[in-house]
Amino acid sequence: MDLLPLIVAVPLLAGFVLPLVPKRAERLADGLALLTAAVLAALSIVALRMPDCIYAIGGWNPPIGINFVLDGASKLMLLVVCVITFVITLYSPAYMVRFTGKRKFYALFFLMVAGMNGVVLTGDMFNLFVFIEIASIASYALVGFGCQKEELEASFRYLVLGSVASSMILLGIALLYAKMGTVNMAHLSDKIAAAGGLGGAGPTTPEGKASALLIFATVLFICGLGLKAALVPFHAWLPDAHPSAPTPISAMLSGLLIKTVGVYALARVLFSVIGITPVVSNVLMILGALSMVVGVFVAIGQWDFKRLLAYHSISQMGYIVLAIGLATPLGVVAGLFHLVNHAIFKPLLFLTAGSVEYRTGTRQLDQMGGLNKKMPVTGTTSFIASMSIAGVPPFNGFFSKLLIIIACFQAGRYGFAIAAVVVSILTLASFTKVQKYAFFGPLKQKWGRITEVPATMAAAMALLAVLCLASSALMLKGPREFLLGNAQRSLTERQEYVERVLGNKHAGGDESLKSF
Amino acid sequence: MVYLLCLVLFLIGIYGVLTQRNLIKIILSLAVVESSVSLFLILLGYRVGGIAPIETAARPHESFIGMSVDPLPQAMVLTAIVISLGVLALSIAIAMRLYQRYGTYDVTQIRNLRG
Amino acid sequence: MKKLATEERDGMSTIVRTVTRWVSAFIILYGLYIVAYGHLTPGGGFPGGVIMAGGFVLLMLAFGKKRLTALLPVARASALDCLGALGFWLLAVAGLVFGGGVFFRNFLPHGLRLRLWSAGIIPLCNVAIALKVTASLVLMLVALSVLRVKAGGTDEDFVSDIEEE
Repeated sequence: MDLLPLIVAVPLLAGFVLPLVPKRAERLADGLALLTAAVLAALSIVALRMPDCIYAIGGWNPPIGINFVLDGASKLMLLVVCVITFVITLYSPAYMVRFTGKRKFYALFFLMVAGMNGVVLTGDMFNLFVFIEIASIASYALVGFGCQKEELEASFRYLVLGSVASSMILLGIALLYAKMGTVNMAHLSDKIAAAGGLGGAGPTTPEGKASALLIFATVLFICGLGLKAALVPFHAWLPDAHPSAPTPISAMLSGLLIKTVGVYALARVLFSVIGITPVVSNVLMILGALSMVVGVFVAIGQWDFKRLLAYHSISQMGYIVLAIGLATPLGVVAGLFHLVNHAIFKPLLFLTAGSVEYRTGTRQLDQMGGLNKKMPVTGTTSFIASMSIAGVPPFNGFFSKLLIIIACFQAGRYGFAIAAVVVSILTLASFTKVQKYAFFGPLKQKWGRITEVPATMAAAMALLAVLCLASSALMLKGPREFLLGNAQRSLTERQEYVERVLGNKHAGGDESLKSF
Repeated sequence: MVYLLCLVLFLIGIYGVLTQRNLIKIILSLAVVESSVSLFLILLGYRVGGIAPIETAARPHESFIGMSVDPLPQAMVLTAIVISLGVLALSIAIAMRLYQRYGTYDVTQIRNLRG
Repeated sequence: MKKLATEERDGMSTIVRTVTRWVSAFIILYGLYIVAYGHLTPGGGFPGGVIMAGGFVLLMLAFGKKRLTALLPVARASALDCLGALGFWLLAVAGLVFGGGVFFRNFLPHGLRLRLWSAGIIPLCNVAIALKVTASLVLMLVALSVLRVKAGGTDEDFVSDIEEE
């Protein structure tokens, strides 16, 4: 029970201690970073085996204090965040040697991880905002870490849009507080349900008109968190910011940050707090489908390897939001499944792009060619990841896309299902281009002397490639129920969430403190 | 209503972010957006003629619970201010670096990326 | 301020320096008071820290950056910054260890109400936060003013000023 706060506290400690490491002892910084990431991964696996619970910080029971909620969805997200963080940390030491200030890099990196873990665990709206900001501010700084022209420009653009989004989120929270007089998620949820919710013909609201303030707050949340998640009308910052960052950060941003701070927070707020209605669900699906289609069409024309991947991130986020927006049990399961898969293959793709850049110094696809001969590990893992994202059968992407399409059909949304199929084909086309130009074909004269990347980088990529295959096992009934089914239930069963938090039995809570 | 004025301020800030060309002016507009939200939160907790929610020997908390302003938004605003301070400092640092690289604060001339 | 920006002279006139020598001490003292009474009156770690940082900034304006960085070298300010955060972290985790396994539990005796020595860990938290805020604000302002940006300047004149230890 006591381990839960450590999931946020451990990366914070790393963030505070790493800048104190002397400048000459960079090896020590590498070691500490790896140790922290390993501890985090272990903690997330321990958390997976813990029963669902809530943790009252400082012993103050909800709705008064801040509380952490450990349920199916947060367990799944913690596992994804911590394991992928570990793999990316493994990749970082060798890659980051050409940047100065590695210790500062690690410090910001772990602050970002702490923010993401906090977003996943927290059960308090204002605390959610604070953790979103911790993760976001660290990521603004990390995008501009290299301090070159493009990086600074992307960082500034990301910062401006990101802080506007944060202000929208905070305004939404303020409106909820004005209306309901609380910021605890479960308490809010309870009060909103009692007040009739968003209205319409939703399952939780048989009747009653929605309050204008509540609708306004919902719109603000969708805009603000949609901006953080880079859904299509709000996506302008992503294709600049993600490629500009150092590769491990590109992988973190595309693989984890937009999911935890964007999609997970959005799903938590809409499903658990405000309560989903057909209108909101339609909005989510349309945003998702738009992102899916626009992202892939722009991606096809790209020649910059990392930029192409960034546009595919938008497209794949579209899949996730479309599926979660269906709001059916199968839809949410499929969305979460695709979220897990995307968190595996997109970092892998970015890491391979980074490896190619590490050796050749270019990100232009038409400058590469035949790299398979010189960089077999990078080539093979990149091939596996490309097939995963394109949805080719033995790999994980196929199964989650299949589930999404089935869920669309089941919900009677044939148009979206067809769009999903078409986008998948276009994705395949786009990655065929990547493979053809970068890794297959004749080797260019100037790349005659390059070699495979250092062992730790190769190991990280191999690990992710194995995960690409292994996570297909989530299609089997047992693992699917254990990881995805529980996560889906904890999101869609709003009443259960409220009871879990506001019920009487709490770990860490203490009756004697009520007298204060 | 006074709350609407906060919204107006928020929109003015957004307008500034969208239309200004000078990096520093964009940052100032961001500050306006952030302050408008803080102002809104503070106004939420205000009540006419309310007193400060501070306990003193002469005034134990039981005696003023009904007439003090709401302290929770104040705590939240303090946190929000700290956050916006961090964002502001970072954005100024980035803007200075941008000026060093490009020799201008004009966003229309800082366009290496295609967007 | 304007004078400082136009010519690279170290500090301001004698009058300003003399007044600052007196005033800044009081400003920092006032900041300490705000921190120490943070659990009883409005204030606390952040406002107190900002006030103290204000005192240091005044010193910097009046006497020039050299004097301030001699008083508080950048590396040491950076270390203090981390130590403040670390102290706050340790207080939070101490709750796990001494407070019956509850993160952020106020495990110290609460003492008598409205006395200076009361409220358990809260004054200690305030001190840690004040350390963090003072150090990081001073660091931030020094960094922003040391970086006299020249358009098209190189990285070297950027980093050299601040990283010297």
